[in-house]
Amino acid sequence: MKIQISVKNFNFFYGKFQALRDINFEIPERQITAIIGPSGCGKSTFIRSFNRMNDLIASVSTKGEIILDGENILELDPVTLRKKIGMVFQRPNPFPKSIYENVAYGPRAHGIKNKNQLDEIVEKSLKDSFLWDEVNKDLNKSGLSLSGGQQQRLCIARALAVEPEIILMDEPASALDPIATLKIEELMQELKQKYTIVIVTHNMQQAARASDYTAFFNMLPDRAGYLVEHDFTQTIFTNPKEKLTEDYISGRFG
Amino acid sequence: MSRKLFSQKIQNIKDEVLLLGSMVEEAVNKSIYALKMRDTKLAKQIYQRDIELNDKRFSIENAILILIATQQPMARDLRELASMLDVISELERMGDYAKGIAKVAIKLENVDLKIPIKEIETMAELSIGMLHKALTAFINEDAKTAAQIPYEDDAVDRIYEDVYHKAVELMMSDPLNVDNSNLIIWVGHNLERLADRVTNICERTVFIATGELMELEVDEEDDQLDLE
Repeated sequence: MKIQISVKNFNFFYGKFQALRDINFEIPERQITAIIGPSGCGKSTFIRSFNRMNDLIASVSTKGEIILDGENILELDPVTLRKKIGMVFQRPNPFPKSIYENVAYGPRAHGIKNKNQLDEIVEKSLKDSFLWDEVNKDLNKSGLSLSGGQQQRLCIARALAVEPEIILMDEPASALDPIATLKIEELMQELKQKYTIVIVTHNMQQAARASDYTAFFNMLPDRAGYLVEHDFTQTIFTNPKEKLTEDYISGRFG
Repeated sequence: MSRKLFSQKIQNIKDEVLLLGSMVEEAVNKSIYALKMRDTKLAKQIYQRDIELNDKRFSIENAILILIATQQPMARDLRELASMLDVISELERMGDYAKGIAKVAIKLENVDLKIPIKEIETMAELSIGMLHKALTAFINEDAKTAAQIPYEDDAVDRIYEDVYHKAVELMMSDPLNVDNSNLIIWVGHNLERLADRVTNICERTVFIATGELMELEVDEEDDQLDLE
């Protein structure tokens, strides 16, 4: 299994507060890695570090390395980095623009101007996110006119349009109904043929259903998040090694 | 520890599994007694009891399926519930063996046949003893004890050979005994199979405790007498 991202002795601080401590973690390529753990354990902070979303917050500092393609993410230019790493958020957040413009936005920002080329990218991205058949006759309709599940798939198409290597998903289905949720999970199985996926989820059933690997994070007494256990998803959910993991996944935590 | 209600429900199911086990033990004991005393009335009660036993098995199965569907058990909880599904079906089959012995008791009601009842009683005692220990280890999730119990199966197999040979001797002494002696072999076979099934329960105990699915097979030579 080829490793796509290596996290080495990663520490994360909001001012003086340490949110993550000594995380060592390898994310395999073209697999789905789920990150689970109680609220406040730093799961979202962790994956937001991968595409430097936390840079927007003042007083944030980090130690350690996150290595992607031989380079430390923490030292890369964020714009270049985000072309490699796309992100999908908890609430679908399409731009208040047409479906077409939502998807074409990224490639345009990266310098693609040719209309035919953009058309191709839009079609391919919408097909890859399983949305094309539902919207191909209304590409000029506003992205906001779609249902929640469709909006989330539009956001995935938008992320795919810049041809990233990695897709980060932060609770991508928590605002969706069960059917739309299952569609996203099915889509993830297709996407992993081409992309590495890291998903943060509070829904353990979702981690169990949809991921290949699961990492369980917890908080130390000073509330710093740390990695408790990382293994094949089926091992984590049937026979975890750590008692803490067992307590958490069987709902006997705290 | 949270999830009190869920834990309590699992505990209730475990209690029911134990109860089912004791119903099986009772049925086997009674079937042997009915055979010894040629007590047809008791034998018929065992038939009735087998219906209750089957009902109990289905009601436990239903309770387990409801917990799996509604509570999404994971890890040890999941292994416990999945294992109990398996154990209750083993117990139900053991109940069928008791019913089979009761059937022989009815068939032999007015038959004057010197059956090797001592050996049969010893077989029953040993296999019920194994079952009892196996269920205790299962409920306590005691893998160490569970892994030892299958070794006791050798003794059951040896006595089964005695029963078999004595039945064959009866056949040879008088050809009119052939049918009825064959029934005696059936009784021995049922008890021998019961002890074999105890091993399956022990395997589940090891699975719950360690997460490992493994065979606890220790006997090699009994297959020559296996009539299944």
